[in-house]
Amino acid sequence: MSEAAIKLADLPAARPFMLHPDDRAAIEHETHHYEDPRAASIEALKIVQHRHGWVPDGALAAIGEVLGIPASDVEGVATFYNLIFRRPVGRHVIKVCDSVSCFLTGYDEVKQAFQARLGIGLGHTTPDNRFTLLPICCLGACDKGPVLMIDEDTHVNVQPDHINELLEQYK
Amino acid sequence: MMSADTHPLTYRVNLAQPLDLKGYEAQEGYAALRKALKEMQPGDVTKVVKDANLRGRGGAGFPTGVKWGLVPMGADAPKQKYLVCNADEMEPGTFKDRLLMEGAPHQMVEAMIVAAWALQASRGYIFLRGEYVVAAERLNRAIAEAKAAGYLGADILGTGWSYELFVHTGAGRYICGEETALLNSLEGRRANPRAKPPFPQIAGLWGKPTVVNNVETLCNVPHIVLRGGTWFQGLSQGKSKDAGTKLYGVSGRARRTGCWELPFGTSARELLEVHAGGMKDGLKLKCWLPGGASTDFLMPEHLDLAMDFDTIAKAGSRMGTGLITVVDDKQNIVSVVRNLEEFFARESCGWCTPCRDGLPWTEKVLAALEQGQGRPGDLEVLEQLTRFLGPGKTFCAHAPGAMEPLQSALKYFRAEFEACIAKPDARVAA
Repeated sequence: MSEAAIKLADLPAARPFMLHPDDRAAIEHETHHYEDPRAASIEALKIVQHRHGWVPDGALAAIGEVLGIPASDVEGVATFYNLIFRRPVGRHVIKVCDSVSCFLTGYDEVKQAFQARLGIGLGHTTPDNRFTLLPICCLGACDKGPVLMIDEDTHVNVQPDHINELLEQYK
Repeated sequence: MMSADTHPLTYRVNLAQPLDLKGYEAQEGYAALRKALKEMQPGDVTKVVKDANLRGRGGAGFPTGVKWGLVPMGADAPKQKYLVCNADEMEPGTFKDRLLMEGAPHQMVEAMIVAAWALQASRGYIFLRGEYVVAAERLNRAIAEAKAAGYLGADILGTGWSYELFVHTGAGRYICGEETALLNSLEGRRANPRAKPPFPQIAGLWGKPTVVNNVETLCNVPHIVLRGGTWFQGLSQGKSKDAGTKLYGVSGRARRTGCWELPFGTSARELLEVHAGGMKDGLKLKCWLPGGASTDFLMPEHLDLAMDFDTIAKAGSRMGTGLITVVDDKQNIVSVVRNLEEFFARESCGWCTPCRDGLPWTEKVLAALEQGQGRPGDLEVLEQLTRFLGPGKTFCAHAPGAMEPLQSALKYFRAEFEACIAKPDARVAA
């Protein structure tokens, strides 16, 4: 019984996290836009994610400290919003719209082409850490479906045979 | 030819290169702001918006002037009041606000100032979805230019009124479009909706009086201020008792999908057949969503209806955002509805049980039907869910909205659903 119990000391330690001074300054600057610093929590998570690609565990307490709110509140926000990543992602994140207009104009074919080309399913990252493939809800360009985003770029009228060329733009 | 008189919202839209401050001012830009601040009392602005019969373009159609009229005014009113623009455009099938913000950012900024003057708001936020990267950049540039020109900041045009405007970008989640969930999100919390009352006009952002309006709604305001309520009513050319123009659109497998500014009350047939050029070759219209994923399906025989709030409601649906999604005859309706319900299940915020548990259940039943593995009684389960998740049973309008396409699909295409119920021997084999 006691042999099987996991000892705290055996668990991997959370990596120490230092908020980059520029990020701290950027977060503090954001707080001035609001009556309550808490309102900058989403922007703070985005600032950290911009530097690290995702939000590591240690960042939650660091952000909480700047905003004067508990780390658990920051985690509550981080896990609610789908554009905040709490797990590492690839260098480029592909977000394929799966809402109704894109569904009607060829989402399934585009998704399958990505899965075949990258060898991964939705929610996964390629072994070379280059791409993460995610679904996303309506991107507001429904007249040009199928639509997707890679990082901050929106691509419209995507056809399965465009995909190789498209991916070559993201190394 | 597009002009201010016929296409007020879009005549200055340029997606490739939007007008900068100088270019915008050369085309009547900030003239409404000057008129409102120099010649009109705040109450006069609200009155002309009321007289114009401007109704909310976000989907609900609530009269904008009435909404504004609930905000405390005068010397006893709280000093901090907020105007929030709901620019979280995420209703599947809707792509109009992107056009206005990317193509005419100064119009959005001017609208946010003129409306704030009417409310005597101290601060404004444009709550923009995080994916609209280009819109964020252009709006921020327009705000900086407007600030440098003295249209934002302290003592604007010598009136003694000070007002600041910020772009606040989100990080996803459809529920942020719900007015009170948006306020929670803006405060840096999870986007769960709030109980109403109190309504945001009394106690909204940080407990202060707050008005939340859609992008398209607000962009109409400077034009109403400049040209008056009677002019605005005339824009619908007698096609509807609703006033103004509307950004309508078509998506799905039609020939020339797009978004167009047209008189309020234009028929769905004109949208599809004239502006979109009809369905693509070899395809027929099976059914259509009048204004987003959360509106009831309508049929080809409804195409001649005027696209306005009351007419579409009478036909058993909602005009919603007014951008129609056409479903062609090659589509399996069960798959289309499964796609819609998958969206709503994923986007439920999880705050109230019927929505959090009922939507995944709905999706699961539909997925089984789609695979031909439905069971006898599944259609009754779905019908029961449309009642259990209907208006008044959940905390906000998310789940009731989700039930609209489902209930109407069951009404119009029951045989297609029934055909998905597996024969007993097929079920055993699976």
